Amino acid sequence: MPRISRLTSAAALAAAISVLATACTGSSGTTASDDPADEVTLNFWHGWSAPSEVKAIEENIARFTAAHPNIKVKVTGNMTDDKINQALRAGGDKAPDVVSSFTTDSVGKFCNSGAFVDLNPFLAKSKIDKAKVFPQSLLNYTQFKGNQCTLPLLNDAYGLVYNKDAFKAAGITAPPKTWSEFTEVAQKLTRTKGDSYEQVGLMPTFHGYETTPMRLAAQWSPTYFTPDGKSNLAADPAFAKMLAAQKDLVAKLGGYEKLEKFRASFGDEWGAEHPFHKGQVAMQIDGEWRPNMAKEAGVTFEIGTAPLPVPDDQAADYGKGYVSGTIMGIASGSRKQNAAWELVRYMTTDTEAVVAFANGIHNVPSTLEALASPKLRVDENFKTFLDIARHPKSSTTPPQADGGTYQLTFTDLAYRHEKGAVGDLPAALATTDAQIDTDIAKAE
Amino acid sequence: MATVTHTLRRKRRRTALRTAAFMAPWLIGFGVFFAYPLVSTVYFSFTKYDGFRPPVFNGLDNWTYVFTQYPLFWPAMRNTLWLVVVMVACRVAFGLGIGLLVTRLKTGAGMFRTLFYLPYLAPPVAATLAFVFLLNPGTGPANTLLDAVGLPQPGWFTDADWSKPALTMLAVWGVGDLMVIFMAALLDVPKEQYEAAELDGAGAWQRFRHITLPNISPIILFAVVTGVIQAMQYYTQPLVAGKVAAGVIGGSGQQFEPGYPDKSTLTLPQIVYNTGFQRFDYGTACVLALVLFTLCMAFTALLMRRRGGLIGTGD
Repeated sequence: MPRISRLTSAAALAAAISVLATACTGSSGTTASDDPADEVTLNFWHGWSAPSEVKAIEENIARFTAAHPNIKVKVTGNMTDDKINQALRAGGDKAPDVVSSFTTDSVGKFCNSGAFVDLNPFLAKSKIDKAKVFPQSLLNYTQFKGNQCTLPLLNDAYGLVYNKDAFKAAGITAPPKTWSEFTEVAQKLTRTKGDSYEQVGLMPTFHGYETTPMRLAAQWSPTYFTPDGKSNLAADPAFAKMLAAQKDLVAKLGGYEKLEKFRASFGDEWGAEHPFHKGQVAMQIDGEWRPNMAKEAGVTFEIGTAPLPVPDDQAADYGKGYVSGTIMGIASGSRKQNAAWELVRYMTTDTEAVVAFANGIHNVPSTLEALASPKLRVDENFKTFLDIARHPKSSTTPPQADGGTYQLTFTDLAYRHEKGAVGDLPAALATTDAQIDTDIAKAE
Repeated sequence: MATVTHTLRRKRRRTALRTAAFMAPWLIGFGVFFAYPLVSTVYFSFTKYDGFRPPVFNGLDNWTYVFTQYPLFWPAMRNTLWLVVVMVACRVAFGLGIGLLVTRLKTGAGMFRTLFYLPYLAPPVAATLAFVFLLNPGTGPANTLLDAVGLPQPGWFTDADWSKPALTMLAVWGVGDLMVIFMAALLDVPKEQYEAAELDGAGAWQRFRHITLPNISPIILFAVVTGVIQAMQYYTQPLVAGKVAAGVIGGSGQQFEPGYPDKSTLTLPQIVYNTGFQRFDYGTACVLALVLFTLCMAFTALLMRRRGGLIGTGD
């Protein structure tokens, strides 16, 4: 074969492969032309896995199908975001039509990439004024740049869960409200045993389950981004103050290495061997699910709940906290979007459904009406989290095009800081800002 | 004459067609599972592609990002190279050592072979979980034992300086596959060569150096090359060890970046997955996959070219 002909063939092959590769990427249709009154079966994927949670989902779906007999719902539980992402990309009949995810951090990616359809037209069609249905803080983390590609499906609020018996034994009469009180109480509750601990007041390191930099930073009311979307970690003193306060607490409770060695002996966060259940920690930064999980694990001590303390100079804002939640959206590749909307609308906006589901899995309801519903089962511990969720200064981490990558970058700095590997914190915060800006620009 | 030429041509064409037909299964497999994915990967590495929207050509952006701005790349690269050098060397040395031991055992050889082979059958996740438990710095039996004999107790999977040695121990524990291969090779070495050497007064080391090694050198090369490729693809064990030691099993929507502690267990395959399927950045993931592919090819080529000098073949 002459040389030119070989080259031409190779080029043609490469071009053909490129075209093929491009064709394989597919494109998602966003027009919803299906009739919601047709007989359809929806694929609904969610992440819950505990038997009580799965039962609550099934009961909710049963109520939905009773009201919409033409729509069958095939429910698949225990789905992670990784599996969801891959199924959404692959598309096809077996891919989910409706998805719920625990990771609100993914919303920016879902909206930015067009993985989920914008629900604004659906809300308008159903004459639902989202601002009147959902608290604003929840709307903030379910949309990205005006694209409401998800809606809140229940809410999580983070506060302090504590061992009342341990408090009594240490002579502490009330939960701490300010950071300095918190540090003092945590020290009082800490009992050493040899070169380790019998009990720590709190596991303050950032690998201590929900003790993440974002949960703590919420108490300082931080601004993660400037109005023009640039990372604001170095400019907002909230971040440096939070990191300094946490590092101080780590030092006062015995130091990073000693604490991390003790932490390595902890059981699974979602199992009965959780260190709070076992009395290894007396206070736990956690969500509203913890008191019930502890009771289900058979703890014998009395459990108290309170908002997480605030910095001393923000004592007036005591009661605020970090809020997040589960989100729900419709896959842009779905050919049953109008039927899917019926399910999303029911699950996220129907007061009876939201209250029943919240009662079933001990989460905070996500609509204003459900929050005020008399049918909502509220005990003293749960009320703490309802109040945190309703607090006007409670905040969340904003959605970004790179999902939660910016939070991981910030967390990485926090890991290095808590163990004393960051010499110049302002410079490290500025470097982190630059990295976050680069990553977001790349993802947009 | 013309008829003869025509017949010959037809015969040749028939032979060519038959050859092509026999080769077709391999050619199709090669095209579908190797050539097409490779060309696609190269193509996507020059695009901005999130898997949902059509890819957009962005030149060398992904390549520049990986080498100059991606904070996970260099730690993953360093860890992968560390594992390639240390873990492969340890696995080959232990595999060969145990192979030699069990082929020389007069009694209980079967039991020892079974004992050394069994760990290889343990699923990687279960084996890793067991190691994280055994090496728990606070409650694990390994540190309890070290404490009892007055030795310092490392943090193992919670200490950045010890996490890779801990992974290497895990890999060495599961060296049963190499042991079996080396055993087969060692049993194939002609006995008369050892007898002749013994008559000439050669000691144990001389017999190993001048008879055993040259005879099994192709097997050592095979073990090294496959070991390097395995180490380059090391994913499950470091991910599971990092996750469990960090206390992240899965949860209420918390994100997890692999590599705990201090990115010390981060490997290139982990960031390929993380970048592509968690960060929605296929373009960058393709660059990383190509770096991994190139490294694998380079190591293999180097080993194949240098094999004479490296392991003293008896060719």
